[in-house]
Amino acid sequence: MMWLDTIVQGILLGGLYALFAAGLSLVFGIMRLVNLAHGDLIVLAAFLILVLVTALGLNPFVAALVAIPVMFALGFALQYLVLNRTLGPDILPPLLVTFGLSIVIQNALLERFSADSRRVSAGALETASLQLGPINIGTMPLLTFLSAIAVIVGLNLIFYRTSLGRAFRATSDDRVTAGLMGIRPDRIFAIATGLAMVVVTIAALYLGTRANFDPTIGPARLVYAFEAVIIGGLGSFWGTLAGGIIIGVAQTAGASINPEWQILAGHIAFLLVLLARPRGLFPRAVD
Amino acid sequence: MALLETRRLTAFYGDFQALFGVDVALDAGETVAIIGANGAGKSTLLRSISGVLANGADQVLFEGRPVGALPAPEIVALGIAMVPEGRRLFPSLSVEENLLIGRYGRAVAGAWSLEGVYDLFPILKERRRNPGTALSGGQQQMVAIGRALMSNPRVLLCDEISLGLAPVVIKDIYAAFPRIRAAGASIVIVEQDIGQALKVADRVYCMMEGRITLSGRPSEIGRDDIHAAYFGTKTP
Repeated sequence: MMWLDTIVQGILLGGLYALFAAGLSLVFGIMRLVNLAHGDLIVLAAFLILVLVTALGLNPFVAALVAIPVMFALGFALQYLVLNRTLGPDILPPLLVTFGLSIVIQNALLERFSADSRRVSAGALETASLQLGPINIGTMPLLTFLSAIAVIVGLNLIFYRTSLGRAFRATSDDRVTAGLMGIRPDRIFAIATGLAMVVVTIAALYLGTRANFDPTIGPARLVYAFEAVIIGGLGSFWGTLAGGIIIGVAQTAGASINPEWQILAGHIAFLLVLLARPRGLFPRAVD
Repeated sequence: MALLETRRLTAFYGDFQALFGVDVALDAGETVAIIGANGAGKSTLLRSISGVLANGADQVLFEGRPVGALPAPEIVALGIAMVPEGRRLFPSLSVEENLLIGRYGRAVAGAWSLEGVYDLFPILKERRRNPGTALSGGQQQMVAIGRALMSNPRVLLCDEISLGLAPVVIKDIYAAFPRIRAAGASIVIVEQDIGQALKVADRVYCMMEGRITLSGRPSEIGRDDIHAAYFGTKTP
């Protein structure tokens, strides 16, 4: 039963990693942009939720709802005004600019909030749990996982069932021809990054309520997100969820053997999947 | 006044000048063909009109309005749709999605809708769930034409639609053109196949090295004139 518990907890942890990764997957899938500031944007959103909770006394879930449009606007503006200028045949400029952005966000947060560890209080929900047969499941981890599923289903619906989703895929395929269809790639990219920031805000809600965070933890979260996206297969949202789950299960399994092995086990699982499937588990047919 | 007109149109790829003052005009309801050898500037002309290449504002006029500097999405919104060279279907989209995306920048009511395009090219209805790129070359060209028609364009620009297709397939595709005209679109066709161009067009322009070297009605220009305009030589 110990093993079953480990696996279930790992799967639920994978939901959190999938939430970290889904925004990254979305942006990379549409514009081949690797956003090195993704983890710091999650932390930024967590601080925004913290401010809303402490200053206005909002429930964290309500605060996240308030933060979502703010983060969408921030993502739209960031892409439209800054990142669009870096896109081109050369992949280095977006890496450099988002790396710089990562440093700017970390230092701005340090300046404003100091290096203290913070936490968003979710009240009694933090310690609530459900008894499922022999296993206890934390309510927050379960909510995280269900949110990850909802986000993945939502992104898939947008991608494959809406006019906006068609425009996302067409622009990703061929920007010039998309222009001939009346699509403005600049605007499509800005909407995509705005949408990614919506997912980032949801990830930040669970990051902030489940664990301590401080201004510098973004890059460490980014690594797990990257690994989830890559082993899932670039451009596949369900693959990203599968990737998150693999890393989550590997980490909890490693930790149950020896707590020192938690992080290492996740990275080893990542390398093993890459050895077996260099293009990830569910690569998109066209690339 | 012509519906669409270029005036002293010049176009550049970096330092390389591809068009040297091109004047062409398209009247409402008319079909015009542009012929010429490889590298004559035919595709550049269409890319300039469709907004893929930016030009001086006054070098392209649509209903007398300067549109030469507008980007492609704004040109589509005005009602000028392009069937690009090489078809350029979106591989991530199904046949039906490829058609639907043709309406993205200009969703106006008119003769063309999904049903209209399926009626014009019935095979596309059967294959509508397939990825666009899983079709034969001729069927892909039908999708590319249908996709442009979905915006109910006032001007349809067709770049080398017979390229790489078997003669029998080319015939099938050109058989659709009378209906496209009847539905109200004026058409510019760029063609390497001179026989096909002369058959379908009301007027023909011949280009060489970025300039118009000959223009006229198909009935008025002879093969020798075309030969001279095409290659820049006089036949004996």
